[in-house]
Amino acid sequence: MSNLEKYNEAFISTFEVDADALPNLEYLSIEAWDSVGHMGLIAALEDAFDIMFDPDDILDFSSYQKGKEILAKYDVTI
Amino acid sequence: MKPFALNKEQKQELFLAYLKDLSKFHLEHCEAYRKILEGIACDFDKVNSVEDLPFLPVSLFKKLSLKSIADNEVFKKITSSGTSGQQVSQIFLDRKDVLNQQKALVNIVSSLFEKKRLPMLVIDSESVVKDRLKFSARTAGIQGFSIFARERVFALDDKMQLQVEKVQDFLNKHQGESILVFGFTFMVWQHFYQALKKLDLKLDFPQGSVLIHGGGWKKLQQEAVSPKVFKESLKERTNLSLVVDYYGMAEQTGSIFIECECGHLHCSNLSQVIIRNPQDFSPCKIGEKGLIEVISLLPHAYPGHLLLTEDEGYILGEDDCPCGRQGRYFKVVGRATNAEIRGCSDTYAKNFI
Repeated sequence: MSNLEKYNEAFISTFEVDADALPNLEYLSIEAWDSVGHMGLIAALEDAFDIMFDPDDILDFSSYQKGKEILAKYDVTI
Repeated sequence: MKPFALNKEQKQELFLAYLKDLSKFHLEHCEAYRKILEGIACDFDKVNSVEDLPFLPVSLFKKLSLKSIADNEVFKKITSSGTSGQQVSQIFLDRKDVLNQQKALVNIVSSLFEKKRLPMLVIDSESVVKDRLKFSARTAGIQGFSIFARERVFALDDKMQLQVEKVQDFLNKHQGESILVFGFTFMVWQHFYQALKKLDLKLDFPQGSVLIHGGGWKKLQQEAVSPKVFKESLKERTNLSLVVDYYGMAEQTGSIFIECECGHLHCSNLSQVIIRNPQDFSPCKIGEKGLIEVISLLPHAYPGHLLLTEDEGYILGEDDCPCGRQGRYFKVVGRATNAEIRGCSDTYAKNFI
C-alpha cells in the first residue's frame, strides 16, 4: 500500500466515510470526527506509519489536507 | 505565552474589555440572556471592574437552554453530571468553543508535566466514552485529557470493579515509563484505592507518573478523607507521588483550575475567580469565605462566561504563590449548604450513600 492509500484508509476505517468525501473533510465537520473520533484517527495513523504525534500536532490536525503537512514533519510523504 | 503568565493588572484590563464585549455578544444573540439582563438594567458602558459585571447562577442551565448560536451550529451538547430524578444542565458548544477548550486544556496541563504523550490509565469504565450521544462532564473530562495519552486503558469494568490483572499487565508493559492516571476523585478513592486495599495489593507506578483527578470532595469529606490523607494513602499503595487535583464544571469546561505543587488551585490566563458574599454578592477579600464565581474568556456558543457556582471557597492570594504561577489562587471548601449535591464524582457517589 502506498502512503496515500494508508492515509486514506485510516480516515475511511475510523469515520466510515467514502473516499470521495476525504478532500473536504475537517475536524468537527462530521459527527464521527469529534474528539473521540479524533483520537481514534490519531491512533490509526500512528499504527499505519509507526510514528508518535506531539500533543500540539494532534491539536493542529484540523483537516484531511492539514494532516498531510503534519505528517511531513514526521518524514512521511503522502 | 505560558498559561499562568498574566498578573493582576494585566488581567484586570484584559478581562474587563474582553468580558464586556463577550457580554454584549451574548446579549445580541441569546434572547433569554438579554431578558435576564434587562431585568437588572445593566449598562455595560458604565461598568469599571470585572467584579461589577453581571453573572448567571449555574443552576440556571438546568432550567433554560441558553444558546447564542443557531441550532445548526451546535456541535456538542454536554450534560452536567446528575443521576435520575435530578435536573441536569445542558450546555451547547459550537466548533469554535470545542477547539478553544481543547487548546486551553493542553496549554494548562502542559505546565504540570513535559508536553509529551504517556501511557494512560483511566480509573473509570470504557462504557462512559462509548456512547457518543451521552456526552457528560465525565466523558468530556476523560476525552479532554486523552490528548496526552498514547495508549489508553480503562481500569474498571462496567460494574465499576477494578480489573486488577489488566492494570498489572499495563504496568508490566510500561515498566520504567511515566504513566498518566486520570479519574474522578471519588472513583479513584472508592474503586481504585479501596479496591486495592481490600485485595491487600500494592502497585508500583514508575517515578514521574502523575495522577490527575477532579470532580468534588463532598463524599470524601463525609468520610473524613482529606486531600492530605488522599495523597498519602495513594502514595503508600501505588507509589504515585504526583497527585494533582483540579476544579472545573460542565457549565464552563474551558476553565480548568489545576492544583500546583503547593496544593493551591490556580486561575490560568483565560480564567478568573471572584469570591462573593452569599448575602449581598459583594466581592470578598483575600481569605474571606464565600460563593465562587468562575469566569472564562472562552464561551462563545452560550452565555457561560460569568457564572456563580454553588461552591464555597476563598482566595489564598494573587501573583505570589511560591510555585511561581501568576494570577489568583484559591481553595474550594465545599458545596454551599442547601445547594444540591452535584459534581462528577459526587452525584455518582450518591449511589453509595
